[in-house]
Amino acid sequence: MNKLKLPFFDRSKLSGDFIFEAVVGSFAFGIIILAFLLFNELFIGSELSRNTFGLSFLTTSTWDPVNEIFGALPFIFGTIVSSFLALLIAVPFSLGIAIYLSELAPEKLRAPLSFIIELLAAIPSVIIGLWGIFILAPFIRDQLAPPLSTYLGFLPLFQGPMYGLSMLTGGVILAIMIIPITSSISREAILTVPAHQREGAIALGATGWETTQIAVLPYARSGIFGAVILGFGRAVGETMAVTMVIGNSPLISASLFSPSYTMASVIANEFVEATSKLYISSLVEIGFLLLMVSVIINIAARILVWKLLRVEGGGRA
Amino acid sequence: MKWNKRKFIDRTMSFFTAACVVIAIIPLLSILYIVTINGISAINLDFLTQLPSPVGEAGGGLGNAIQGTFIVVGIACLIGLPVGILSGVYLSEYGDNRFGRFVSFVADVLTGTPSIVAGIFGYTFIVLYFGSFSAIAGGVALSVLMIPIVTRTTEESLRLVPGSIKEASLALGIPKWKTTLYIVLSTARSGILTGVLLSIARISGETAPLLFTSFGNMFWANGLDQPISTMPVQIYTYAITPFPDWHAKAWAGALVLIILIMILNIGVRFVTRRKYGV
Repeated sequence: MNKLKLPFFDRSKLSGDFIFEAVVGSFAFGIIILAFLLFNELFIGSELSRNTFGLSFLTTSTWDPVNEIFGALPFIFGTIVSSFLALLIAVPFSLGIAIYLSELAPEKLRAPLSFIIELLAAIPSVIIGLWGIFILAPFIRDQLAPPLSTYLGFLPLFQGPMYGLSMLTGGVILAIMIIPITSSISREAILTVPAHQREGAIALGATGWETTQIAVLPYARSGIFGAVILGFGRAVGETMAVTMVIGNSPLISASLFSPSYTMASVIANEFVEATSKLYISSLVEIGFLLLMVSVIINIAARILVWKLLRVEGGGRA
Repeated sequence: MKWNKRKFIDRTMSFFTAACVVIAIIPLLSILYIVTINGISAINLDFLTQLPSPVGEAGGGLGNAIQGTFIVVGIACLIGLPVGILSGVYLSEYGDNRFGRFVSFVADVLTGTPSIVAGIFGYTFIVLYFGSFSAIAGGVALSVLMIPIVTRTTEESLRLVPGSIKEASLALGIPKWKTTLYIVLSTARSGILTGVLLSIARISGETAPLLFTSFGNMFWANGLDQPISTMPVQIYTYAITPFPDWHAKAWAGALVLIILIMILNIGVRFVTRRKYGV
């Protein structure tokens, strides 16, 4: 009766479940293997360069494939400056968008407008770059740069000739590309603010903006910070569009009008042409640095965003 | 007076934040408009079916690049979909332990992998091993970007399946693995499909991972172990040349690619919304 049936039933259930769990679990383990392989391939691939140049790779600015001397400083400079420039432009806009679409906009407009903004993220980088070369770069050269050099030309930032392909163009195009992610994650952070926060402020007679300012933004602060960091990560790793508009000259110049070069761009441009082992290894090392930066940024951002979502338990159904 | 000032500030801030939205939409509209205007004149049947022609020669098209994009994305799907979906199943149904949370964390961090880094991986892992640029290397590089996206979206859609459905099935004596396969997965079908299609849309437009994996080719695909032409790489190649007739082809290629991606993006949301009335 019971004694006869139960063990048999249990065992078959156990084995089916066990096999299924083992199968899907091994695929999940595959993700860890993938992460390890990714790290390992780039670590091994950059060994020659790391052993040859050591830390001077990060601090010297000679990039000479003929004599096989490689220093990545101009590219690191280009990546950092273009990404910060992108943040400087994108963060105020993203915050505005997030606040409008979660607090101030009429209910009916919120979902469609968010969808349209996120659609921008779906456009391939290479097409944004194409648009950048033929539309944005001439626009910045003819419309934006002249007033900047006339009125702010006393600053070293806006000096020298402007040919369109420049650090400024790169920063603007990066800003356009990170606005969707920064604004949508900021918006999510704002949406997790519990309703009673807002109700408290409204009950005290606050206007819509005052409610946002007093009750919502302080609450969503760490999530918004996470969104900004993720945007920075995107900007650092972005390749094609920047490569097409930043001018690709390894210069370290104070002027935003001067062409520049980023870490991702130099890999995209030179990898296929790199003939010697040391040359390839140096490019792989730049890739390895990019990977490390993106891992650190993502861990930091996840902690910030995740902590907020966890603690508040999510305001959305 | 005081009240008016506060109301004024409120209105002003509403205006400025709305202006942010409008300004952010301008580049999108400009891109769609310019790509359509410049691309539409060069698109015809030949463009979609012929091989590229040399500079200055009329005609020719991106037929091989369209074919190549489908092949490379297909390879990426063959690798990425099983790994991504099954990992997502694990994370959602069995992943509530230390290992599961670690995998989830790693997948999250991998979503931020710069696309050019995936390209280097494809190169050192596959191209160096086989000794030649190949469609397979391109597919592997793209799958690196695809796997974390599919894993996370699958996990999220499975988590939305109500516990009561699972419990009803388990209460009937159906083992957990059958419940997961036949009931949970089929309930979450549309969510998983949405994630899959959006991830395909994302990788179809990727250029950086393909530059030195699938490389490029001026002829039709002749084997998965050979270099292969893809739309994004072809657009890039045309865009950075100084020849106006190649620029025209870059725009036309961009239009084809953008239509493909927009169909995936808008279509997917439309279909799932209509079906489930969310």
